[in-house]
Amino acid sequence: MSFLSRTAATLLITMAAACPLQAESLDVRIGYLQWIPDQGPVLSNVIPEPDDAGLRGAELAMNDNSTTGKFLGQTYSLQSDVADTEEAAIAAFETMRESGLDLFVVNAPASTLKTLTEKAGDNTLIFNAGAKDDALRTGQCHVNLLHTMPSYSMLTDALGQWLNQRRWDEVFLITGPTEADKGWADAFHRSAKRFGLEIVEDKPWTFDADLRRTASKELPLFTQASDYDAVVVADVRGDFGEYVPFNTWLPRPVVGTQGMSPVTWHRVVESWGAAQLQNRFRELAGRDMNSEDYAAWTAVRSIGTAITDLNSASPAEIRNYLFSDKFQLAAFKGRKLTFRDWNGQLRQPIPLVHPRGLVARAPFEGFLHPNSQMDTLGFDRPESECRING
Amino acid sequence: MKTLIKRAALATMIGLSTPTLASVAYVSNEKDNTLSVIDTETQKVIETIDVGQRPRGILLSKDYTKLYICASDDDTVQVLDLATRKIVDTLPSGEDPEQFALHPNNKHLYIANEDDAIVTVVDVDSKEVLAQIDVGIEPEGMAVSPNGKWAVNTSETTSMLHWINTETFEIEKNIVVGQRPRHVEFSKDSKTAWASAEIGGTVHIIDVENLEQIHEMSFKVPGVNQDRVQPVGIELTSDGKYAFVALGPSNHVAVVDAKTYEVLDYLLVGARVWQLDLDKDETHLYTTNGVSGDVSVINLEDMKVIKSIKVGRYPWGVVIDPTS
Repeated sequence: MSFLSRTAATLLITMAAACPLQAESLDVRIGYLQWIPDQGPVLSNVIPEPDDAGLRGAELAMNDNSTTGKFLGQTYSLQSDVADTEEAAIAAFETMRESGLDLFVVNAPASTLKTLTEKAGDNTLIFNAGAKDDALRTGQCHVNLLHTMPSYSMLTDALGQWLNQRRWDEVFLITGPTEADKGWADAFHRSAKRFGLEIVEDKPWTFDADLRRTASKELPLFTQASDYDAVVVADVRGDFGEYVPFNTWLPRPVVGTQGMSPVTWHRVVESWGAAQLQNRFRELAGRDMNSEDYAAWTAVRSIGTAITDLNSASPAEIRNYLFSDKFQLAAFKGRKLTFRDWNGQLRQPIPLVHPRGLVARAPFEGFLHPNSQMDTLGFDRPESECRING
Repeated sequence: MKTLIKRAALATMIGLSTPTLASVAYVSNEKDNTLSVIDTETQKVIETIDVGQRPRGILLSKDYTKLYICASDDDTVQVLDLATRKIVDTLPSGEDPEQFALHPNNKHLYIANEDDAIVTVVDVDSKEVLAQIDVGIEPEGMAVSPNGKWAVNTSETTSMLHWINTETFEIEKNIVVGQRPRHVEFSKDSKTAWASAEIGGTVHIIDVENLEQIHEMSFKVPGVNQDRVQPVGIELTSDGKYAFVALGPSNHVAVVDAKTYEVLDYLLVGARVWQLDLDKDETHLYTTNGVSGDVSVINLEDMKVIKSIKVGRYPWGVVIDPTS
């Protein structure tokens, strides 16, 4: 008996010793889900947004992961679904879950994301690469939900810092009618308070005329005020905002969702090796990389970076690694990116761009923070109720 | 009229005299498509040479008669004849060559093709491509050990050092290092290799015999935010005493005791310091500062920055011709 158990023990040890060799082939499967609700008709439909924004970024990151993986015996495969309805997105998610996937990148509205997170169960890791809603980072957090897409407040804080350091502190705010517009504008109100900006006029956009014919007549009247340093536009879907620049009552710059914008990513970003990422993306997708692509890319690369070091695709281990001191993502923004441990948001610099050039990159010198200067953008630990790591 | 003739005569004289007289440093200007030629005696730019698009890595042939230039956006390596300072030839390089290294045999050029995730090996005499080796994403740093045994490539997004056997052109070992490894420098005795990781903020010292990391360095520049401390270029003195590490956007160069790995000092140079080279008697170190568009000169005797020299836009690489 004792001989037998000893043999069994020896066998076990032999197997355990053999494991690292076998473990050298690790197959990692990641799910990508996309559902973008119809934005409704917009006035400015001259340059349509790509349908595969996000998906292509995930695909590129999978290629990047695979190239690294081939030196380590790790293979990667992406299962993706671009759904037409919320129901279809949820159904696709459940199918993927049943087939054993537990690592997901989701580009969908906050409400869909919440449904998926609830359905996901404990041993799943979801990356939000689409929803910018601040509520997901301040109160409605989930332990297994990380965000690679910056929040509205990160974007507006970048703009607020820039306006502050330019001393353009009196602004005229125009807010569109959608929920997203209000979300952006609310975030900007908060940024204005943080960075000492005065909103001298706060006007909702209510006009329903076709501005391609009448912008030059309507907007000067709409933006009449005694004085302001800049006009800030909150028009997330790009309905009327494109017609504001050069049509303001006073000769002032336009910033916000149009004009000069704080963005996650843009084709004009080229420093810190970004030119190479842009080239690789263009070769893969035949178009320029945008913010959704970048958010999906950073999500899949975060997973890959963890797996390179861990040689394991366990969601729990990956999650632990991503919140540890070991994790740092090289993501072409000139700084190492890490996740905020209170709400799972990926810290990152925010480029401020106009359509053909980079204007600046937040955070700016002089805005101080005891831990990370990048935490001057968005909801800092004391401002968020979330404590997803206890 | 008289002054014009005088000026022309003077220009001719300068034009004739420069290639033979002074000791010179060559600097590639990434966004100007030029090389700046610096007289290391007077520490002034004496000539600006038009080269291919987006010149980055530059190196000298082992007999110091030629300068090889990675013209990244032209997908080629250009050959500059040092006697005439004219581009005399081009080599096949694979796409988007960024950095390269020449084997001590003066024939085999190892080129990192950043966009293609390969290393191309070219025979500089026959212009034949001898091998293309698959490496990680965004191969960048390239070095060949002085004894000619190893070629090492760093891949930035894969964060690895790929050790290529120079006889078989095959990878024998991959070492995972900090995020975004940029540059590798061998000690003169080929016993250690120093690799910088830009985003990791680290320098990894590898024991070449066992291909294992023996030390990992990090840096703390007083008054500079830690995530701006980004090691890139490395230069080692041949007596094995010092290592210099360019720390990118922290705008400092670290002076390191190469035996104890202790940081002795941080020297303030221009903005976003990238690459480094020592002059022939190793009394001065030249640094390229990408954002401020200049070259800083450090005097090794007292470890002081003594001069900054304005060059072109985004100076990338610097090499000093020891024979000149």
